[in-house]
Amino acid sequence: MRKGEGGPAMIEPGDEAELAEAVAAARGPLRIRGGGTRPLGSPVAGEVLSTARLAGITLYEPGALTLVARAGTPLAEVEAALAAEGQRLPFEPIDHRGLLGTSGAPTIGGVVAANASGPRRIAVGAARDFLIGVRFVDGEGRVVKNGGRVMKNVTGYDLVKLMAGSWGTLGVLSEVSFKVLPAAAASATLTLRGLADAEAVRALAAALTSPFEVTGAAHDPGAAGGPATLIRIEGFESSVAYRADRLARRLAPFGPAEVERDPAANAAIWAAVRDVRALHGLPGDVWRFSVKPGEGPALAARLGARRLLYDWGGGLVWALAAPGEDLRARMGAIGGHGTLVRAGPESRGRIPAFHPEPPALAALAAGLRRKFDPRGILNPGLMDEVAPAGSVPA
Amino acid sequence: MDMPAPDAGVIARKDRIVARLRSVLPPDAVIDDPAETRAYECDALTAYRCPPLAVVLPASTVEVAAVLRICHEERVPVVPRGSGTSLAGGALPTADSVILGVARLNAVLETDCANRFIRVQAGRTNLSVTGAVEAEGFFYAPDPSSQLACAIAGNIAMNSGGAHCLKYGVTTNNLLGVTMVLMDGTVVEIGGPHLDAPGLDLLGVICGSEGQLGVVTEACLRILPRPEGARPVLIAFGSNEVAGACVSDIIRAGVLPVAIEFMDRPCIRACEDFARAGYPDCEALLIIEVEGSPPEIDEQLGLIRQIAARHEPLEMREAKDEDEARRIWLGRKSAFGAMGQINDYMCLDGTIPVSQLPHVLRRIGEMSREFGLEVANVFHAGDGNMHPLILFDANRPGDLEKCEAFGAEILKLCVEVGGCLTGEHGVGIEKRDLMGVQFDPADLEAQMRVKDVFDPAWLLNPAKVFPLAATAARRRAA
Repeated sequence: MRKGEGGPAMIEPGDEAELAEAVAAARGPLRIRGGGTRPLGSPVAGEVLSTARLAGITLYEPGALTLVARAGTPLAEVEAALAAEGQRLPFEPIDHRGLLGTSGAPTIGGVVAANASGPRRIAVGAARDFLIGVRFVDGEGRVVKNGGRVMKNVTGYDLVKLMAGSWGTLGVLSEVSFKVLPAAAASATLTLRGLADAEAVRALAAALTSPFEVTGAAHDPGAAGGPATLIRIEGFESSVAYRADRLARRLAPFGPAEVERDPAANAAIWAAVRDVRALHGLPGDVWRFSVKPGEGPALAARLGARRLLYDWGGGLVWALAAPGEDLRARMGAIGGHGTLVRAGPESRGRIPAFHPEPPALAALAAGLRRKFDPRGILNPGLMDEVAPAGSVPA
Repeated sequence: MDMPAPDAGVIARKDRIVARLRSVLPPDAVIDDPAETRAYECDALTAYRCPPLAVVLPASTVEVAAVLRICHEERVPVVPRGSGTSLAGGALPTADSVILGVARLNAVLETDCANRFIRVQAGRTNLSVTGAVEAEGFFYAPDPSSQLACAIAGNIAMNSGGAHCLKYGVTTNNLLGVTMVLMDGTVVEIGGPHLDAPGLDLLGVICGSEGQLGVVTEACLRILPRPEGARPVLIAFGSNEVAGACVSDIIRAGVLPVAIEFMDRPCIRACEDFARAGYPDCEALLIIEVEGSPPEIDEQLGLIRQIAARHEPLEMREAKDEDEARRIWLGRKSAFGAMGQINDYMCLDGTIPVSQLPHVLRRIGEMSREFGLEVANVFHAGDGNMHPLILFDANRPGDLEKCEAFGAEILKLCVEVGGCLTGEHGVGIEKRDLMGVQFDPADLEAQMRVKDVFDPAWLLNPAKVFPLAATAARRRAA
């Protein structure tokens, strides 16, 4: 195991056994670090535990649509291996670097810890839906496995889902397994121009309720050249052509659709939506709300945001807001949740990053943390949880 | 298969417990006459039976909460029951337990096609969820074989799959939210028409927890627009190996059929005798279904036929119309019924990596000869979820035990090649004592700790999922 020398203290286990040893031996809080590109959540004080050396794809069977990799494997390495076989991670994980101003290489474990998904989430599911197995080390240094490498598995409780999106607070991931899917041979983006937000979300609903398997449904009210409503179709070449044509006809009441068929142009359009490029480099706090799609515009109208971007048919609302305000207070009766994704110094640590839960659910979550991390040493406080009794002070 | 000895203290207090339950439910919603509780003595795993102390049939979340609060105070184990179609004994009672049946919770609460969800009470049957939205052109995707009878509550408990989950996923991928009552009567709302969890993914761990964490009374489910059309093709092969290789090649080629079903010779023969679907005489056959508009279907099936042609198929039969499509599916859909005509059978559902199909089928054939029991294989080949049906004679002494021993060997083989004990039926009591084959003590401990949080007294369906020896201390402490 490598310990940081000279620089800030950092623990870098070289394998799962060393990882277990390091957690068991910890005498204080640990900040779990994958690629370090997604510094969401409230600040954590503690020694850095890096998964960087737990790297490498351990199994890839294209004919079984299955990939297994150690948690510290760079995402780019996973994506390259899949691309070489014409496959992909279907949930299109967001790259947070541009939005958060971070550098470094995202890891596959970080994707899982953040349950990072993108535009295709509306059609096929989130990272957690394609995660089929995990290995992790809990807060007492025990190695636990759950799920496996097969895509249908109901053997015992599904801790796989519980680990996805738990931001390292229940355990440190050492290995993750995915169901992957074939990459599409062709794609098309239909763009409608000039629609007001509510009208745009109605257009997206018309697309998403069609049988044409829409895999992206976004709206950028502040696009250069006026509001742009974006709809993506993917599949075999002739199928995409057919569906684009049918969909354009279905959407005719909302105006004429421009159709983009160039693969590189389509990749760029959806990478920009995925990574929320509209908000890059602009000052202010960045909020991410998940609501019932039809309520996206009503929510947005209440937020008073400087800049907005809708994804997931209107159900995912990205908002750039003046620093220091807890925008959740503006949700009113609209159900769903909001996350403070990028916070300036006025907000970070003062406004909870994660949406506060009703007491009964918060109690269940706190109970799970006490069981998985009784000493409260794994990213303590990152998800704004109440520190368990007897936890190690920072 | 053992069940824990019932708590004599609870049985002695039966009159008091039943009276308290009657005080919070309508008169016909509490059943304690032994002649009537017998109807709840087992689920679809009929080899094991035990009448419960009493049965309650609440009709609202409030009534479920009242029942659970009483049972919690009285320290009575509760066994939640959907429609009783579990093949794993998930709803098997003990003599000291109250069966909580959700059959009366069957209303549709809200349908919202524009936002693509439906909210239902959890006792509603799977197929009737689709029934509630099909006029609008939508459907609910998970389609277990028992979909006519099985309840959404049971689907959530077991994280049920079906033939079409290669494309659409299983229950957990189509479940947006639940209203759930904890054992102490606390009502919690998790998720809803919005996506993803605000904090920890509690919904993810609740789905598939076999009724051990809470009683789900309402569910918010994702609904999907129906595809323009669907069409199956039937392909016959000279060996299981070749059929297995063809499956792998199709997936690698980038086609994602909505279903790939596999049947071996014993199964084909039984289905032919029973349903007369007109299947070819062959060692193995695949039924592959694709979706889309007619030209899209033509293109995908064309590609599939090209790939299959490289594997020397004995016959390829593409449905030309609705009637032919129905005939292709007829045999597959009647497979379990056909088996039931010939013999008693035990249906396993271990999953294996698709690449291991030929090896596992060969080994099952060898074991079949060693145990002297016939096996028919019918399964979801695209995702490796096997369904070996072991045929036995329940009237012949020793046959059931031999069958169970054979089944256990097959499941161990599934784990050995990188798979798991159960792909969609659940652990229940059936696979409970094999959990140690797949999991280390630390793996099981991590799962049991989740139950400790949701149900600290271990009163909800306590004798399921985990080996009894592993849970003894927890159940005693209750």
